[in-house]
Amino acid sequence: MIPPAPSTGPAASPTTGGPAAAKRDTTAATAHLNAPDASATTRRDAGDAAAVTAEQVARTAYGRLLALLAAPTRDIVAAEDALADAFERALRGWPESGVPDNPEGWLLTVARNRQRDELGSAAHRTSVPLDLLIESSGPTESTRDAGGGRAQHPTTVDDPFAVTLAHDHAPDLEAIPDKRLELLFVCAHPAIDPAVRTPLMLQTVLGFDAQQIATAFVVPAPAMAQRLVRAKRRIRSAGIPFTVPDRTAMPGRLAPVLEAVYGAYAIDWQRVSGETLRESLSAEALYLAETLADLLPTEPEAHGLAALLCLSIARTGARTTPEGDWIPLDAQDPTLWNHALIARGESHLRRAHALATREGTAEPIPFGRFQLEAAMQSVHCARASTGDTDWRTLRTLNEALVRVAPTLGAHVSLAATIAEVDGPEAGLAYLDHLATEAPDLARFQPAWATRAHLLARSDRPTEAHTAYTRALTLTTDPHLRTALHHHQSTLPH
Amino acid sequence: MRYSLLLTNQEAQDAGVTEEDMAPFRAAFDAYAKSLEQAGVLISADILQPSAATTTITLRNGTLEVQDGPFADTKEKLAGAFVVDVPDLDAAIAWAEKCPGAQYGVIEIRPTALSFSDGQWHELG
Repeated sequence: MIPPAPSTGPAASPTTGGPAAAKRDTTAATAHLNAPDASATTRRDAGDAAAVTAEQVARTAYGRLLALLAAPTRDIVAAEDALADAFERALRGWPESGVPDNPEGWLLTVARNRQRDELGSAAHRTSVPLDLLIESSGPTESTRDAGGGRAQHPTTVDDPFAVTLAHDHAPDLEAIPDKRLELLFVCAHPAIDPAVRTPLMLQTVLGFDAQQIATAFVVPAPAMAQRLVRAKRRIRSAGIPFTVPDRTAMPGRLAPVLEAVYGAYAIDWQRVSGETLRESLSAEALYLAETLADLLPTEPEAHGLAALLCLSIARTGARTTPEGDWIPLDAQDPTLWNHALIARGESHLRRAHALATREGTAEPIPFGRFQLEAAMQSVHCARASTGDTDWRTLRTLNEALVRVAPTLGAHVSLAATIAEVDGPEAGLAYLDHLATEAPDLARFQPAWATRAHLLARSDRPTEAHTAYTRALTLTTDPHLRTALHHHQSTLPH
Repeated sequence: MRYSLLLTNQEAQDAGVTEEDMAPFRAAFDAYAKSLEQAGVLISADILQPSAATTTITLRNGTLEVQDGPFADTKEKLAGAFVVDVPDLDAAIAWAEKCPGAQYGVIEIRPTALSFSDGQWHELG
């Protein structure tokens, strides 16, 4: 069974369907209000206002609310149901009672009352930890961990239209511990299938529904919904704790969280249709990364990832021609880059660097994969102001990258960088050396494309032609194919 | 070499896939087939109707026997075939990897042995 999708998705763009889901609810709310009534228009306006507020709250606070509701019981499905129910009551009740001053607190109170009712009716013993959290999240609470606090909330809500009490007593979300970090660590826990970690984050922290996630990953919606539900059941049944790992466990546990957040950006868009979904998911990946950096301000790699996404997304507009053909980084027009986003990326990168090199640490923290990739992006972005690319620095960074993350992509990138510093022959020698160590290189398209470029630059057009042909047979992207054809056809005869 | 990329997966009805769910897949398969065509490697692409529409016949017992339904009743069924002409297995894998069907099913990559055209059989293996 798929739990009812949260009534509104907090997606950053109005095209992702999160707000479309909100629209469905708006329709329901207005239909309810369309009864013959002298004040129908006023009430419809009130209904719209309620829907708009609910949508805003969903966009900014969905993950925080869900994390708070799920943390004590580890039952994400029940928490989603309770929250969806609260949104539904808001859309029905707010047009009558007015939008509360503190809508997030209102929703939280209603959702956890509902959750408590469910638990109570099931004579569930986990209501004890639930109470612990609920009572701890009074307005004066400011620490992350559950502790004492004020109990001033209603225990049950029989009439959803009567919850005006929550207007006065609803907890202020800003004063409640933020459990999203715990939720992110749950989503990327080692016991959770790596393939479902990114989808799980998109759903629980950002409120995407299974259908939208399924579209992005080109998986049938029921299959995606099933994977998500299975993962959530596993979280509850295996007892995966909503905790932030301690310092000794952090390095091992943080990596999969960062990978999963990056996964939302690195979706293989060639398979997916829909430019709007792509743009909004990039934006959401960035939002997740920056949230993570906010919540873990002293972890260099969290800032490294935020920096990488800022600097990569900043170049989106310059990456393709109006026809959709790919433009390589060093041929892009820097005036088309998003300089505000670059500045934000640089700031994250400086922070990561300062943290990684700060004095007083027992031993120097090795630069992480994301920090190094971000630093490489930053060197490329510097061309916007210097007019030049510092290939030597890129080479140093890329060498460090292949040490911490020896992927084929990083190695091929290093070959290209070496060629810029020491000439194409040196780059080719690196590729040859690599081929003896990594048999997979023979069917790795970027390796052949790079080899072809380097051969062309070494005035070896015949071999370059062969390498381009090989690269082309491994190329599935039409735009990339066009570019390679162009290079191949301009080789001297 | 000519290869058939044979798509095998659970059928939509069994997987609980609705008409609405299908839209992104139609778009994905459309883009995929166009990429194959643009690359000049596509021989044919067929997506099959559900296996319930299958009719199986044999004369191996002497007379025509017509059976309603597929020969082998499996949980996952043959769903379609893309026939491609690419230089080698690596290229066939590169294309199979991009097939939307690989996300929820499996794809068998089978080289063609013989192909009939222009009035005769050609050895393609």
